[in-house]
Amino acid sequence: MSTASTTLPSAGPVVGSRSFLRRLREGDEIVRLITFLFAASVVLITLLLVFELWQGSVLARHKFGLAFFVTKVWDPNFDQFGALPFIFGTVVTSAVSLLIAVPLGIGAAIFLAELAPARVSDTLEFFIDLLAAVPSVIYGLLGFLFVVPLMRDFIQPRLKDSLGFLPFFKGPAYGIGFLTAGIVLAIMVIPYIISVSREVLLSVPRDQREAALALGSTRWESTWKVVVPFARTGIMGSIFLALARALGETMAVTMVIGNTPSISASLFSPGYSIAAVIANEFTEATGDLYPQALIELGLVLFLLTFILNGLARILILATSQRGSGMGNA
Amino acid sequence: MKRFAGILLAGAVFAGVVLAANALTITGAGASFPYPMYSKWFDEYHKKDTNIEINYQSIGSGGGIKQVTEGTVDFGASDGPMNDDQLKAFQEKHGFAILHFPTVLGAVVPTYNIPGVTTDLNFTPEALSGIFLGKITKWNDPAIAGANKGVNLPGNDIVVVHRSDGSGTSYIWTDYLSKISDEWKSKVNKGASVNWPVGLGGKGNEGVAGLVKQTANAVGYVELIYAIQNKMPYGTVKNSSGVFIKADLAGVTAAAAGAAKNMPDDFRVSITDAPGKAAYPISSFTWLLIPAKFSDGAKRDALKGFVKWMLADGQNYAESLSYAKLPKEVVAKEVKALDGIQ
Repeated sequence: MSTASTTLPSAGPVVGSRSFLRRLREGDEIVRLITFLFAASVVLITLLLVFELWQGSVLARHKFGLAFFVTKVWDPNFDQFGALPFIFGTVVTSAVSLLIAVPLGIGAAIFLAELAPARVSDTLEFFIDLLAAVPSVIYGLLGFLFVVPLMRDFIQPRLKDSLGFLPFFKGPAYGIGFLTAGIVLAIMVIPYIISVSREVLLSVPRDQREAALALGSTRWESTWKVVVPFARTGIMGSIFLALARALGETMAVTMVIGNTPSISASLFSPGYSIAAVIANEFTEATGDLYPQALIELGLVLFLLTFILNGLARILILATSQRGSGMGNA
Repeated sequence: MKRFAGILLAGAVFAGVVLAANALTITGAGASFPYPMYSKWFDEYHKKDTNIEINYQSIGSGGGIKQVTEGTVDFGASDGPMNDDQLKAFQEKHGFAILHFPTVLGAVVPTYNIPGVTTDLNFTPEALSGIFLGKITKWNDPAIAGANKGVNLPGNDIVVVHRSDGSGTSYIWTDYLSKISDEWKSKVNKGASVNWPVGLGGKGNEGVAGLVKQTANAVGYVELIYAIQNKMPYGTVKNSSGVFIKADLAGVTAAAAGAAKNMPDDFRVSITDAPGKAAYPISSFTWLLIPAKFSDGAKRDALKGFVKWMLADGQNYAESLSYAKLPKEVVAKEVKALDGIQ
């Protein structure tokens, strides 16, 4: 955000042809143009993406209109396509994953940045970066071979016994479903949250901590009341990154979610996500409407990501303006 | 400068040699089910005639139909025959037809995991359609127990597992179910992906197999080859003559032979629920999709040469890879049909 405001003045009218030529000769102007092209390509690619998805789904959009968002049936044989169960599955699994990953990830980041000795912190950071780089199909295998049996034989029966009165923990325990997908996603996104949050916490100026300690606060008070609020914007950034990965994750989710387009309050129920259904069905989708409906699902996922990111950004703006002097990070 | 020119020249000569060696590359795309068979064939054929190289991408049957219709590949391959609309689309785009050539046969088998049951279960068509429609929900339902006297079936809920990815395997399975059950035909119908009334979806044969193995009281379906290679238990299925058949290559070829008598000229035939006492009812051909006209004569002759070889010597490789051979009658008919490619 701050980069935009510093480049703006230089993008204004050139102060005189002489200085423009000089800057051209010295290379500044060339670098500016080249880097501007790189930056502009990001916008171009985004627009192209939306355009392609929009064009590629024209038949499906005209046929179903807004009903696409609220229809529950997905039946390629009878040309009935609705996105609701997939939207539901995507949102629920992402929400479950963030519910688990955010407290764990931020807690771990606070430990690594504030409390652990530097050597421990750096060693662990190495492993965390390693985890962040593991391909998602590996997490899918881990989920399918380890988490699913664990859920079915151990966690789900216990959840049912203790919290079974809640609507979230009802129905047969297959081991796969929304909850398992959310847990596997949480395992996948925690490294992102830890890694980014730790960096942000480490970059909080030393004098902030010292000032708090000098005022008589304990270590924990200085961390929780001064350092964390100071780093709030960066921590939120790490959560966005996690959310983006959770929303779009395909391979690991399809291996553990059950791939059944259903809407259920129970987290034990098998479900389906947008990314998973596109990956599963696109190669064999024939006819006119069917592939287009899948492309429209892609458009929906794009919109969903856009809306959720926007909401999160508004949330940040709202919270950072409340504090004093913390909106400048 | 001289040296540079020398390098350029050497490069050009090398490129020329490479191009000459690859004088004829034929590209194809489609079904993944026969991929191990096809890659073996293309490899053997290349050894026989080193001038011809056939590249095949196993992108799925739907993808194969799409690519060959678009004209991006020389031939396609599919586990399900193209429907009339797809044939018409091809005809309209190119001005000539596309032909189907059966290559080998495969089968789909019901696999299950019921704790305490070690014998092969017998499945009637009514039991299979009932289970997959969600109407039969317990293993000790009379529709299942009636065909399995002496087996101690539990009263547990059946967990149905199906493929989540669009696949020829699902096509064959649902094609069978739509033939034996009117309710299935009207409610679900056949297709590579359908709106399953019940069950969990697993990705690929390995996904279904994994879920069935892990989940007690589960039933699913996988390709015969996959079940054999992974030593999975699978049940017998009652055929149209009332005999329970355990799927094997002979049973699949028998199903094809039963259908061979009434083989239509375009080879687009479904042999699920085929007549014949020895026929395994959930069997299917898999097809090559070859355009009826080629603008490149050399390519046409090379591809025809390959198909001729595949129908003769090539068939001998099938059983070692667990695919069923084509019946003789079908081979003879196909050799004749090859003349239709111009």
